[in-house]
Formats: sequence, structure tokens, C-alpha cells
Amino acid sequence: MSSIAGTKSGLTWAVQISVVLLVALWLFPTVGLFVSSFRTADQISSSGWWASMLPSERNETLRTANPDTQVQEDGLWVIRGNLFEADRQAEISAWGITSQDIAAYTPGETADMGEDGRLTVEANGDYRLVNETEFSGRRGGRVFVTASSPPEFTLDNYREMLFDPSNREGMTKAFFNTLTVVIPATIIPIVIAAFAAYALAWMRFPGRALLIAAVVALLVVPLQLALIPLLKLHLAVGIGKGYLGVWLAHTGFGLPLAIYLLRNYMVGLPRDIIENAKVDGATDFQIFVKIIIPLSFPALASFAIFQFLWTWNDLLVAMVFLIDATGETTVMTKQIVELLGTRGGNWEILATAAFVSIAVPLAVFFALQRYLVRGLLAGSVK
Amino acid sequence: MNPALQGLITIIVGVGGCIGYFYLSNQFLDKVLFPARGKHIGRNINRANMIRPWLFLFPAIFALALYLGYPVIETLRLSLTDRSLDGAFVGLDNYAQMASEPKFWEAMRNNMLWLIVVPAISTAFGLLSAQLTDRIAWGNVAKSFIFMPMAISFVGAAVIFKLIYDTRPANQDQIGVLNAVWLMFEGGPGSFLFLRLLPAAIVICFALLMAYVFYLALKPLIRRESARAGGSWWAVPLRLFAGFVAAWMIWLSAKSVFSVLSAEFAFGAPQTWLTLPFWNSFFLMVVLIWIQTGFAMVILSAALRGIPEETIEAAILDGANPFQIFFKIKVPQIMGTIVVVWTTITLVVLKVFDIVFAMTNGQWETQVLANYMYDKLFRANDWGVGSASAIVIMVLVLPILVWNVYNARKEMN
Repeated sequence: MSSIAGTKSGLTWAVQISVVLLVALWLFPTVGLFVSSFRTADQISSSGWWASMLPSERNETLRTANPDTQVQEDGLWVIRGNLFEADRQAEISAWGITSQDIAAYTPGETADMGEDGRLTVEANGDYRLVNETEFSGRRGGRVFVTASSPPEFTLDNYREMLFDPSNREGMTKAFFNTLTVVIPATIIPIVIAAFAAYALAWMRFPGRALLIAAVVALLVVPLQLALIPLLKLHLAVGIGKGYLGVWLAHTGFGLPLAIYLLRNYMVGLPRDIIENAKVDGATDFQIFVKIIIPLSFPALASFAIFQFLWTWNDLLVAMVFLIDATGETTVMTKQIVELLGTRGGNWEILATAAFVSIAVPLAVFFALQRYLVRGLLAGSVK
Repeated sequence: MNPALQGLITIIVGVGGCIGYFYLSNQFLDKVLFPARGKHIGRNINRANMIRPWLFLFPAIFALALYLGYPVIETLRLSLTDRSLDGAFVGLDNYAQMASEPKFWEAMRNNMLWLIVVPAISTAFGLLSAQLTDRIAWGNVAKSFIFMPMAISFVGAAVIFKLIYDTRPANQDQIGVLNAVWLMFEGGPGSFLFLRLLPAAIVICFALLMAYVFYLALKPLIRRESARAGGSWWAVPLRLFAGFVAAWMIWLSAKSVFSVLSAEFAFGAPQTWLTLPFWNSFFLMVVLIWIQTGFAMVILSAALRGIPEETIEAAILDGANPFQIFFKIKVPQIMGTIVVVWTTITLVVLKVFDIVFAMTNGQWETQVLANYMYDKLFRANDWGVGSASAIVIMVLVLPILVWNVYNARKEMN
């Protein structure tokens, strides 16, 4: 359109900036969780995640080494070392030796502590404590520092939530349970729906219009209605709570959309191909398997993505039909809700758990977005 | 047995069973029941072709009837019976009991609020972002980022937003973005602009939109053109109803503009956002808006691209500015799609459960119908009232159901 009107560049810039802001606003929440999942519990609770990108300045209380480590040099007793833990990078901007005045000295200065000796602290944390008499006591002296640490991230959260078999709150089991729910619950409805969609699209029989109307109607029936009657049914016929029940439930709930999407797509396939095949003596079954299915691949893919996302992200159906009192079959969404209850403040656990469950749908989303969009359009714009 | 193995077996049995069923039943029909040979060949082929559709449809019809059809009827029956009395018929007692519970009315009120706010804002944002992203070079990248929350589960989104709403005591650094931003406001001109004028302006925009709807709905009645506008017997009450709803929205907007301008804000104190009565519902709605905007954007963007180029060119030649083009040329042409998006999001809102369940579980006056129902069914074990509230959800969905079926039938003819 801009080519026609020769839109003013000011407006174009306004559009560009608004879109940048919009995208930033939409990404911000997810990025926050993502960044938080790579921070330690201390870091998360001491500063906002947006501050983790910049060096953070904190006041800390550190200790010099034990008096056991002292050595004698030129008649003086010396303790030397680094205030920080072994692999930590930080820069001291000020330090002190009493809690009343924690910024009394700048790095490189020497503090005279009278009979306790003289302490020199460098910016990188190296210190040298010197005294004429031997140091005594069990512990080193306290040093108060104002240190700025570079951004620091860790994979420990993921290690703990995914690969620690002793962690009862880990996500590994829930991850595989979710996978176990999702795969059959995605494939089975596709097979059933494909046949039904073909019949509704290309076969002539009385009651066809009524059936299509019924599918459209069932499309919007809230699945809340189905919970109690179906649970009662499952308990009565002996399926009980378990994988079989949840597979069947997801199949039933996914069917209307599957049939609707696939039928809309199949109706649009060229009539000539199908009629030619019939003239050549192909049966309906052959036409379906050899012509319709390969041609309908895009529609099959878009429904598969929908159903995958829906079953992977589902909480309600899993809680009602799958998870029993033992909790052995818990899925990720349920596990996260439990963690929200028991570990409400432990953001490193929550963020990591949530991100483990989000990662797979996001990967599917970005890889197969084309089909998802196509499916949405087929389902709504008509 | 290992669940993974069990899953694999189910896939094989399920998929193999389905394919086997379809193949064998067709074979049986063609070779055994009505073989296409012998002296009745013509009659047999016709009969086989009459039966075949039902072979293709049988598993789907069976599953749909069992998993969606039967539950509707059974839930209706359960809502009229009492579980503790061995399922004795109790008429409308469950509904009466439900209506006497304040929690139910709280859920109804919140649901109505959700129904107004979430579809309206999601559609508006979706339209805005569709229009904006269609005009820039990297629009597709921008689209996929705005669309991304669609892939995130409601539970995951709940965790994401709980971090945003997190609260720390006043003397510590805030780790939730909202509180960090909140503490920047101190009651000066900036606070006035962002906390009073901006929200008031948004609500006034909404009120103006509603005034337009009001005008559209009632114009034919006032000008006595009802014969032209639809002409069906239900058109007049429907228009009156729409006009009434719009007027009510305008009244609500006026009230909220007043309250936003006169409200006392607790500047400088970190807030526990999810426990603020009334406002906390809005903080939950933000989660759903964040998820649904991408959906609205994708659909509306496709609709915008489908608008015939000539209409826009003509408008430009006539000297229309970009805003006129958008509101007077584009929006009217995609009105049908906007309605579809609106109703689809409305359906999602009616069933919203996970967000409330994971974030507040209905505490602090955030209850919604779906969570109320879950509470009744699985915590209070009161199947009667639980089913009654499920029926309430169904009744709310019913107009959309009828509308969809009506449209689908129209399309097929």
C-alpha cells in the first residue's frame, strides 16, 4: 500500500517503533522466566531478573582465611589469599573492617587494625594480612566489601530438575508421562477423523448435512460438561483413572475440530482427480488411502499440531481422567501447579520447571508455525 | 508395565485397529455382503455404496456420541438429581442451592467481566498488531513473537505472570516487574498521565465503540427500516438486546472512568497484586489477553490481506487519510472475521480454568465458573451443584453454538 500512496516516512517510523514496543512487551514475560531459570536462588531473590544482564553491586560479608594458613616472611606473620570463592569474578569498589563503616577504604589501601595487624585488599579480592605477632583463633577476620559481580548464569537448576534422580520434585518423570499421554492422543483422533471427514466431504448419503451441523455444534461444547459423566463411565467399565482413559478422552474431545478441519480441507480438493480415479475403478478405500491422505497432508499436519499443543498443555483432562491418588502418573502441568503450592517462593525451581514444560511446544511452534497458521485460518475464516 | 511401552502398544493397537477396521469392513462389504458380481451386481453395488459412508463414519460418530453427546444429557440429568440421596430426582433444588451461594454469583460476575474485557482487548490488540505488522519488512518475525504465547500452556503462563506480580517487603529489591514499575510512581505528573489519564482514555474509547454499536443496533428501529434490516421476527428483540447491552457497557465505562480519576493510590508501597479485590481479576485476564492476542492477530491479518486492493486505492484517490482508510474501508470489510475472532475468544474465556486454578484458585474474589464447577465436583464432591454449574456454562455457550451452526448451514447451501 505504501507504494501507492508514498506514505510519509514519519508514519513509517512510528509504525516501526510501535511494533518494536509491542514485540518487546509480548516477549518480556517469557524472557523473564527464561533468564530466571538460569539464576541461583540467591540471585533471584536479591534482584530483579532484568538486573541480571548488568553487573550487580552488592554488599557482602567475607572472611579472610584461617590463622592456620599463616606463613612467616621476613619476621612477619602473613596470611594471604582471595576473599572470593575460587571461580568467582568480582570487583571490589570499597571495603571496610567494621559493620559500622563498610566503605571505609578503597581497594589498594591498607587498614591498620592495631594489634590485629594490617590488612590490604585489592580490587580483585586479593588480600594480605600482616602482623608482627602470630595470629591466633580459629576463624579468619571479617571483611565487609561492596563488590560488583559480572552477570552470572548457571545450569544447576536444570541439572537438578531434570537429571537428579533423587529429586522427588524433578520433572523427568512428569516429562515422560506427558509424552506418553500426548503421542497416542494426537495420532488416534487423526486416523478416525480422516475417514469420517472423507465420508462427510465426498460421499453422498442421507443425513450428511445434519451430521456436519452436529460436528459444528459439538465443536463448542465445553468439555467441562463431560467430566463427571465420563469419569463415572470410565469407573463403571473398569478403565478407571489412567492412560487409557485420558487417551480416549482426548480422542473424543479432539474429534470435532479434527473432522471439521479435515472436511473443510478435503472438500476443496479437485473433484476431477477423485472422479477420474472412480472411473478407473478405484474403490472409496483406495481413493482415500492413495489420493486423499497424501493430498491432505497440510490439514493433517495442522490438526496434529493443534492436538499436540492442546494435549501437552492440558491440565484439566489429565487431573480428572489420569492422575490418581498415588501421583505416579502426574503430568508436567500438574507438577507445576503442585510446585506453585508447595514451593511458591522458590523461583529457581518454578522457572526451571515451567521452562522445561514450555520448551517442547515452543520448539514445535517455531518449527511448524506455517501449518499452525494454515489450520487456524481454515478453522475460522470461512 | 512401563507406560511408554503401554503407549506404544496403544498407538499400534489403536492406529492398526482403526486402519484394520476400515480395511476389513470395506472388504467384507464388497466381497461378502454385497459382492459386485452375479446377477444382482447393480443392486449390490448400490447397496454397498449406501452402507459404506456409515462404515467410514462409525468410529467417529460413536466416539462423538459417547464423549460429547451423552455427557451433555447425562450432566443435565445429574444436575436434577441428588448424589447423597442415591440419585433421587430433586427438580431444580441444585440450581436453587447454587443460586443461594455468594461464591456462585461472584463467579458469574467475574465471568461476565472476563467475557467483556478479554475478547474486546484481545481483538483490539490483534487488529492493531495485524495492521502494524503488515506494513513493515520484518512483520512476519514480529508476528511470530506475538503469536508465540499461543504455544505456552495456561499453567506455564500462570508461572510467568506470577513472577511478574511477585511482591517483596518494602525494604528489599522488588523481583516482580509490576512492583518495580509501581514503585517508580510517586504521585507526580507522570503518575497522573499513566495511572489516570491513559486508563480513562482507553475506557472512553471503549465507551465510544459501544456507543457506535448502540447506534448500529438501534438505527433501523428508529428509522423504521426494520423491513430492510433482516426482516426476521427475531431481529427486533435481538437489536433491542444488543442496544441494551451496549448502553449498559457505556454506563459501566462512565462509572469506571469516574473511579479511575478519583481513586486513591498507595504510592511507594509494594502491592500484593493478586489479593487486591476486584483488580486481581484484571491481572488474571492479562494472562489470557497475552495468549489470545496472537490468535486474533493471525486471523485478522489474513482477513486484512484479503481486502480487495481497489477499494483502498479508490479511498486514497479520494483523499482518505490512513485512519479513515483503516476504520471506514478496512474494518467494515473484515467485520465478519472480527465477529468470528470475538466469538472464538469468548468460547475460550467461558472455559477458562487453568489460569485461575494455578494463580489464585478462586481466592480473593477471583472465582470463575469453570473453577467453581471444579471445586464443587472434586473438592466438595457435590455432583449435583457441580453439574448445575456446568449446565450454566453450556447455556452461556449456547447462543454461539446456534450462531455457528446457522452460519455453517448457510455456507453449505
